[in-house]
Amino acid sequence: MPALSEVEVGTELPAREFNLQRMNLVQYAGASGDFNPIHWNERIATAVGLPNVIAHGMLTMATTGRVVTDWAGDPGRVVSYGVRFSAPVVVPDDDKGATLTVAGVVEEKNDDGTVVVGLTATVDGQKVLMGAKAVVRLG
Amino acid sequence: MPLNRAFIGRSATSKEPFEVTRNDIRRFANAIGDGNPAYHDPEAAKALGHRDLVAPPTFLISATLGEGGGGFIGDPELGLNYAMVVHGEERFDFHRPVYAGDVLTSTTTIADIRDAGRNELMTLVTEVSSNGEKVATATNTIVSRGTAAPKEA
Repeated sequence: MPALSEVEVGTELPAREFNLQRMNLVQYAGASGDFNPIHWNERIATAVGLPNVIAHGMLTMATTGRVVTDWAGDPGRVVSYGVRFSAPVVVPDDDKGATLTVAGVVEEKNDDGTVVVGLTATVDGQKVLMGAKAVVRLG
Repeated sequence: MPLNRAFIGRSATSKEPFEVTRNDIRRFANAIGDGNPAYHDPEAAKALGHRDLVAPPTFLISATLGEGGGGFIGDPELGLNYAMVVHGEERFDFHRPVYAGDVLTSTTTIADIRDAGRNELMTLVTEVSSNGEKVATATNTIVSRGTAAPKEA
């Protein structure tokens, strides 16, 4: 875990890339209990006006959050975590899937030993999350 | 078909508690590709000061969907077509982490249903506790695409 004294506003978290393929969506459906067919059935996804099967927003949120929990070391130090989903993560049925690029920066350092981390998550340069923030207790 | 606005303010508590097992946590962590030892190895979690395996921050979604979410989403009276639903916002505020061994009870309230252009947004707030101890609040806004009532010109 980073020492609170070594973290300042502007401290950057190590950026990461994560690949999401259909297999990941199926596995996430099973683990989370969210079997909405738009996350695994191309026929239904396109019938309801989506470009293709899309990732669960919660899978995007969970994957993005790994940048914070890996940095903190102890995931139990996350006090809050919230996101808005601004664009779907389209996951075509090919060998490439979608690549999520995640970056984080410390935006606030509070007297109570918590820091606020702002997160950006993009696919092909497009932001798929807005206002993504995690509060982490370091002290 | 617009959602039934009579549901605004309704509240329901999960009938069956959600028992969090070590394997539930490992299965969820594996599904998000996360090998953090605190999710997999009870000794590693204890070394960090935790009583047992820690659940990933977003694990609570599995306890706040479906019946754990008050059963509203599947209620035909609400009129929600799940295939038209995408996720709008999600937020978790923790009093403490979720641990293996927790027995979670959820009380979900439909805080709001409102139009946003041609879509409707529904916000559900779920208070999660384990054996009477507050654990977290989950705030979930879903988007029902294209179901807003037509506007008068």
